Amino acid sequence: MNRHETRRRPAHPVAIRVMHWIGVYAMGCMIFSGWEIYNASPSLPFMFPAWTGLGGWLGGALAWHLSAMWLLFADGIAYLVYGFASGHFRRDLMPPRPAEVAHDLAAALRGRLQHHIGHYNAVQRLLYAGVIVAIILQVLTGLSIWKPVQLGWLTGLFGGYPIARGIHLATMFCIVAFVLIHVAMVAIVPSTLKSMIVSVPEEVEENQ
Amino acid sequence: MSAPRIKPAVSMAEIKPELEKLRRRGFLGRALSLGALTMLTGCDLSTHSGVDAALEAMLRFDDRVQAALFSRQRLAETYPPSAITHPFRFNAFYPEWQVRLPPNNWVLNVSGLVTDRRPWTLQALMALPQQEQITRHICIEGWSQIGQWSGVPLHTFLRRVGADLKARYVAFKCFDGYYTSIDMASALQPQTILALDFEHKPLAPQWGAPLRLRIPTKLGFKSAKNLEAIEVTNKYSGGFWENQGYDWFAGV
Repeated sequence: MNRHETRRRPAHPVAIRVMHWIGVYAMGCMIFSGWEIYNASPSLPFMFPAWTGLGGWLGGALAWHLSAMWLLFADGIAYLVYGFASGHFRRDLMPPRPAEVAHDLAAALRGRLQHHIGHYNAVQRLLYAGVIVAIILQVLTGLSIWKPVQLGWLTGLFGGYPIARGIHLATMFCIVAFVLIHVAMVAIVPSTLKSMIVSVPEEVEENQ
Repeated sequence: MSAPRIKPAVSMAEIKPELEKLRRRGFLGRALSLGALTMLTGCDLSTHSGVDAALEAMLRFDDRVQAALFSRQRLAETYPPSAITHPFRFNAFYPEWQVRLPPNNWVLNVSGLVTDRRPWTLQALMALPQQEQITRHICIEGWSQIGQWSGVPLHTFLRRVGADLKARYVAFKCFDGYYTSIDMASALQPQTILALDFEHKPLAPQWGAPLRLRIPTKLGFKSAKNLEAIEVTNKYSGGFWENQGYDWFAGV
């Protein structure tokens, strides 16, 4: 067993760790203020509990939403540039083949899937690549309902203003579902939290 | 028709009094929530003054971005009559039973940077060229509806009264206590109209009788109803909702 042998490379480079936590803050602001905005005119027969909102009222929530979007946008662009330039996407987040996902998901559900800090299994790669796509979609639908006239071509791409607004809401639910799964997994393997805060050497993968 | 260059829509000096009001009011004054607590760990939660100042600065930045994104040539989508929303939703800062009737001998007053300050009667406005539109009205709350309005294009009216088209703002005052203001570039966009009719009938009181602004390139709260005065000015005057924290440009 050479599991505990380590290389010099940290599981998560410092750039990733910084962008991750800026992203957590920005996305948190967007989600909580978004719930407050949704509550001003619910398009589905439910509302978010008032105490979960950010901004206190519609005007405050919009001020938060239209402020935090720049932080999310800047953080997201920096992450995409870094992900492509550093090889992070190619090396760690290459979308997996369905068979790999099925294999790793079955192993995970039986509690037999090893977790190696710094390496992603097929289910993780699917979820992480998926949430990146979801956030990009969320930014685009957000722009399309913020500027349905000036960016009318984008709004048209999403089927017009009311449908784009519906996609924006649905994508939020996807992102929240990801967050719930992600946080639950961190709770199961708490050492991953440390590796996203301080420099922890990556674990070497066993040959499978 | 040459497009007049507008200066940045908002400068610090002009909106300082309004910002003071906003600051006193406080974006976070109404409620402390889980969201606020979670996202603001480390901030001073007793006054929020730093946070409010940051949010106000971001709204001013957003206004500049919106002004830069805006193009007078870009038209809001128009729809066939079959797309008109029925029933059309009433919306104001008061409930529908409090709708005001226009005063007797209503006229539209014109002031500020114009050469002709004579007030306008309804008949005089009806004699000007008219334009019809079926466009989407988008509320800041997120809902939207498609309606049909017709009336005098604002650019036609502004030229008729000899307005300084290089002025920065056109401000609107209403007899129900509402008021708002828009940038000159948006005022000159061809779909910005002083609406006299809603669905081919003279405006009913709840739709803004006898005259309302209809501006499909901005959020619904900018389409002021029950107009009584228009001012062309270089002085920022904000608006009813804008002074409470809605973003001033409010473009869509």
